[in-house]
Formats: sequence, C-alpha cells, structure tokens
Amino acid sequence: MAERPHLNLIANAEQKMLAETARKLVEEKAPVERLRELRKPEHPKGFSRSLYSEMAELGWTALLIPEAYDGLGLGLFDLVGVLESLGRELAPEPLLTSALLGAYPILEGESEALRQRFLPGIASGDAIVTLAYEEEGLRDYYERPSASITAYNAGYVLNGTKIQVADALVADAFVVTCRSAATDSLAMVLVEANSDGVSIERQYRVDSRVVGIVRFENVDVAEDEVLSLEAVPLFNKTLNRAAVGLSAEMLGAAEKAFEDTIAYLKERVQFDVPIGSFQALQHRAATLYCELELLRSSVYAAAAAADQAEEAFPRLAALAKARANETFLHVAKEAIQMHGGIGMTDECDIGFYLKRAQAAAWSLGNTSYHRRRWAELNGY
Amino acid sequence: MSELESFRMEVREFLEANAPRSLRGTSPSGPFDGYWGGKKHPPVDPDVLKWRDVCYERGFTAPTWPKEYGGAGLSRKHAAVLYEEMRALGLPRPVVGFGFAMIGPTLLEFGNEEQKHEHLPKIARGEIRWCQGYSEPNAGSDLANVQMKAERDGDEFIVNGQKTWTSHADKSDWIFCLVRTSQEDRKQRGITFLLVDMESEGVSVRNIDLISGSSPFCETFFENVRVPVRNVVGQIGDGWTVGKALLQHERSNIGSSIGRQPGSGQRELVEKARHHLYWDGKRLEDAVMREKIAALGMEEEAFQLTLDRVAQKAQAGGNPGAESSILKVVATELKQARYELGQEIAGAAGLGWTGPGFSESDLEFTREWLRSRANTIEGGSSEIQRNIIAKRVLGLPDAK
Repeated sequence: MAERPHLNLIANAEQKMLAETARKLVEEKAPVERLRELRKPEHPKGFSRSLYSEMAELGWTALLIPEAYDGLGLGLFDLVGVLESLGRELAPEPLLTSALLGAYPILEGESEALRQRFLPGIASGDAIVTLAYEEEGLRDYYERPSASITAYNAGYVLNGTKIQVADALVADAFVVTCRSAATDSLAMVLVEANSDGVSIERQYRVDSRVVGIVRFENVDVAEDEVLSLEAVPLFNKTLNRAAVGLSAEMLGAAEKAFEDTIAYLKERVQFDVPIGSFQALQHRAATLYCELELLRSSVYAAAAAADQAEEAFPRLAALAKARANETFLHVAKEAIQMHGGIGMTDECDIGFYLKRAQAAAWSLGNTSYHRRRWAELNGY
Repeated sequence: MSELESFRMEVREFLEANAPRSLRGTSPSGPFDGYWGGKKHPPVDPDVLKWRDVCYERGFTAPTWPKEYGGAGLSRKHAAVLYEEMRALGLPRPVVGFGFAMIGPTLLEFGNEEQKHEHLPKIARGEIRWCQGYSEPNAGSDLANVQMKAERDGDEFIVNGQKTWTSHADKSDWIFCLVRTSQEDRKQRGITFLLVDMESEGVSVRNIDLISGSSPFCETFFENVRVPVRNVVGQIGDGWTVGKALLQHERSNIGSSIGRQPGSGQRELVEKARHHLYWDGKRLEDAVMREKIAALGMEEEAFQLTLDRVAQKAQAGGNPGAESSILKVVATELKQARYELGQEIAGAAGLGWTGPGFSESDLEFTREWLRSRANTIEGGSSEIQRNIIAKRVLGLPDAK
C-alpha cells in the first residue's frame, strides 16, 4: 500500500482571497433562489452568461490553463476555493464544465491543434467545451461506451448518443468518449457543436441543471481532432480532476445547507424553546459537523495532491468524491428533516440541496465506483 | 548546520553510544508502549533499567521538563527530534505512563515548588507510578458530581469514599484524586485536587473484569485515609480548574495515540481477509466485503488527513479549537467500526474465547473487539463529545 506524501492542506493568503472574492460575488449575484427562474423552459442556457463573463474577467476560467495558451497556469488547489464558493449557492455557471471537463482532456490529449484552437477561448470565457460521457444503460462502466468511431477517408466518423451532457445547449464543442473500432479501445475525440450530424435536445433534471441528449450521426472527425485512441488513462485522469472539482462544489453546498439548518435550529421555536436546544437534534448536528470536517480534509488533500504529489492523486481523488457523495446526501437529508414541513416546500431553498446532492452523487463516479477504485489502488 | 540539526547529531551519537542493542528494533507502537516503572513493577530485563538510567542522566525521560525537576529543559521542537531519532532506531521511550501524560504536566502548571521537587524527578526516573482517581460510581459523564469526601482535621484531610475505573491502580504507588472538601451552590465548586500515597492505611484496590476478560481497570476504596494538606494541588475548593486542565492532556493523548499509524487499520483488515476470505488472484472475491473495507479505509484516511490539517493549522498559528473537538469522537467510533468489520471478516473464526481451534491472532482480536466498546465511553463519552461540539462549536442553545 502506498506511502502517504506530505501535503500542504492550508490555503495561502492569495488562495484565501480568491475564495473570498468568489464567495462575495456568488452571494451577491447568484443566490440559490434564482434556480426557480433558471429551471424554466424559457431559459435555454440554465445560467447567466453575463455572470459567467464576469467570472472569466476575474480569471477563474483561465486558472488551470497554462500561460502558453493565455491562461494563468495555476493549480487545482487554487480553483478548489472558487468552486467551493460556487457550490454554496449551487451556482450553475459552467466553470467546472469548461475549465475542467472540457479543458483538461484537450490540455492532456494528443492534439496540439486542438490546444491552440480551444484553450485560449476557454481561458477567456468565450468558448465553452463540455464532456459527453454518459450513455443510456452504461451505469459507471465509462470505459465501455457504445458510441464509436470508424476510419473514414483521412479521418474518422462518429456515431452514438450521449445523455445528460452538462451544458449541452451552450457548448461550442464536445469531448466525446467512444470506442475505436480499429483498436477496440476507449477513444476520446472532439466534435464542434455545429458540425453536420450533431443534434441536441434539452433534458430537465431534478437538480434544475440544463443538460442534454446529444446525438452524433455520421459526424466527421479529423485526424487532429482525436485526443487519444488509447484513452483509458486520459479518461481516468480527466474524471479524477473533474471529480475533485465537483467534490469541492459539493463541500461548499453541504456546508451551506448545514449552516442554514443550524440557523434554523436556533430560530425555530416549539414547546416554547428553540428546537436547537433538543439533544436529539444537537447530536445529529454534531455528527454532520464531524463528517463535514473529514470531507474538507479529503477534498483539500486531493486538490493538493493534484498539484504536489501526482502519485497519490488517484487514490485521494477517489476518497474525495466517495466522501462528498455520502456526506452531501446525508447533510441534505438531515437538513430537510430538521427544517420539518417547511423544508418540503418548493418555497424553501433547502430542497434544492437534496436534489443537487443526488445528481452530483451520480455524476463523475458514484460511491461504489470510487470505493472499487480505492480498493484496486490499495491492492485488494 | 542549524542548531536543531547539530542537536540531532548530538542525539544520534548519544543513542549510538548508550542505547542497549537488545532494545533496538523493538518498534514500540505508541506513547504508552514501554517501561511503566513504579515500586510494584515485576522484574525486568536489566537493559531496560540501563536504558532508563542513561536517559534520566541526560534528562531524556522527560525532555521538555526543566532540568531542576529531572528533565532536560528542551523545547518541543528539540524533544520531537529526540523522539524521531529514538523511533528511527526502533527504541521505546525509556519510561512511559500517566506520570508523563497527565500528572506531570499538571504539576508543572499548578503545583508548588515543594510538590514539583518532590514528585517530578521520581516520575522522570520511573520510581513512582501514578494512577487517576476521577470517576466514581455516581460521577461518570457527570464528573463534577464527585462525592468522595475529604474532611479537614488540622494539617490533614480524612478521606472516605470510592473511586472507579482507576486504570492500573493495582500497580501504582500514588493516585491523584478529585475529592469533595465542601458543599457549595454549584457542584463544580468545593472540589479539591489531592495527591494520595497508596501505601497509606485505609486504601484498598479491587480489579474489575470487563466483558473482554481481564482489564487494567480497578476500583479503589478509601476508608479514613489520612492525607497531609500539603498534598493539595492548586487551591482548596478549586480542584475543578486543575482537573479539567488535566483532561485536556488526556484527550489529546487519546486522539494522537489512535491516529498514530496511518492506514494500519485497512492493512490489518486486508491481512485478515487474506486468511478468512476467498481471493481471485490479487482481488478479494467478495465485492460487498471489498466495498466495506474500502469505506473503512477511506474514513481512516480522511481522519488522518484531518489530524494533519489540524496540526498544520496549529503550526501556522491558527486556532485548532473547532476541528480538534471532533477528534476523540471520530477516532473512537472509527476504531469500533474497524473491529466490527474485522469480526465480520473472521465470521465464526472470531467467536473464540480461549483454547483449541482458534488462532492466537483471532482470539486476541476478539478480545480487542470487545474492549473497543469502551472507547466511546471512557475519556469523555461520545455523547459528552457531541454535547461539546453542539454547544461550543455550533453554538446551539442549552436545554431549559
């Protein structure tokens, strides 16, 4: 079993400032209640493009992009504080989508042409690229998709259908997981949204996020749009990075749901006393607090490992996402129970957190998936 | 070379010249693994005593204590270097016990000169072994409810009552007690912190058997025991202040002793699974068990990372208060979960109490599983820890 590296788990002054700026912006301009508006059919994007541009101006979309492609060349630990802040208000702006899910496979893939074509645009916030990896019935066997590419002329042709693709309706391009007929292995390719043969249909999901079905029918893929034809390592690395980013959002969300619940326990009076004076509720709140602290350590450690100790990263990424899945769901369920009847109403914001917890837990690897990975990496 | 590095060199030379060969590579498992000392200690290997003597001469048995009390007057950083170098050679601490972990630090903070000179060197030399007289039959979680009475008679107190859960009382020479010297409006007042020589007339000890078989726990009875008033630590009636400070030392010891070997729980469980379950090459066949072990291993890692984060925050000068309040409850519940899962892996092989047909390691594990049920009760129960988190960290209101 692997050695534990030393990881710095405390944010430095700049990282703290970055997270604080993000927190203020999100609190002011992106309160969770706006999801009631954004979830409606007349909002095809599901987020605010102007707010996203503001985030880009603050440099968040450029954080992880190397300077050679007009980015800032910083690390995942820097981004984690920002994502945590976005998570607090369940902000659906596609920072995680574009800066991680889209940018990372392009950055680490085999096509320099794609890096030059897309990374500067992602960094500036003008371009949005997403990852299309879910399929009907695929469960979490992500490395065995039905979508496939076959050689055709000088390039390939892609066929298949992806579901619940994040921000599908606004994406300029999709990184698509598929099977390469020639190598019988997982491949990853890039397809622009306006290519011939691409059609997109909006899906309405429980967490109010705009996701979509994306159909690829005989779509041409040029040689230099192939990210990898032996893509299992690239996909795993992408999933791990994005899972840690998502875990940071989930940490922020769980933390906010918990804070709101504690505030409610102090203010809600029954039997002439605040219900927070009841030990039955106090002990459950204390348990949630413990779980949140363990989650915080796990997320920070995974992000630190991404920047400082690549060798330990896969294990710690699995740890962060598995615990984020469990903790966020536990906190969200308890939050509704402790709010009582009002917590069940659509008028109360707390319900959004449960819905998001469920959707996030089934994205980028569920709990079993990450436990299996952990066991493999630890030799059992 | 920095001053700290030259100290490290000095320590290396000292250990190379003085640490007995027979004790090297014994790889002690924590701060309580070693020679406990005291007058009632059974005979030991002469090398153990030699190791104690050479260390005591340099003040290395209690390195952070001032020299005049038998220590070496080292800073925490220097002491950490000393322990690192001992660990590197697989050497145990020369003397261990509650003298170092509890009463020593308390005397340094609250004791008078006479008490410090009288007791600390004897602890440092392992001459006198101490035990803790806190809990009583009616003062467990509600510790301030202690009833053991100490009535003033001139220069002496006459002590009557009973202490319980006194770990290792049967092997100890002195006991530090919380006693009631007066009845006041609040039960935290009127408590006094008193040192008692266990050879005094009227002290008797009875062992307690736990559900796990034997145990270090005892009941200690006091019948008209005469104790000099000069054995009071701090002020008469203000023992709660002294006693609470000592509990801080106790809790930080419980937390750190459980978190001392990263990943060891998972390793032990996987090892157990190798004996008791089916394997498909390198992979554990039973997917449910694999997932359970992974969940446990993950929680263990998350806890270890939290210990790291608390330590880093403290080093950076931040206040570790809020996060550190969770350590005891998480550590002990994790430990129980580990033993439960181990028993699940062992199945019927884990049902042995003694005798044939069961392996030594399974028998021992079963006793440890039973013993672990006490971890969430002793040293402040999980319920008390959750009360503390709810009130002090989350600011939830008191019940009416």
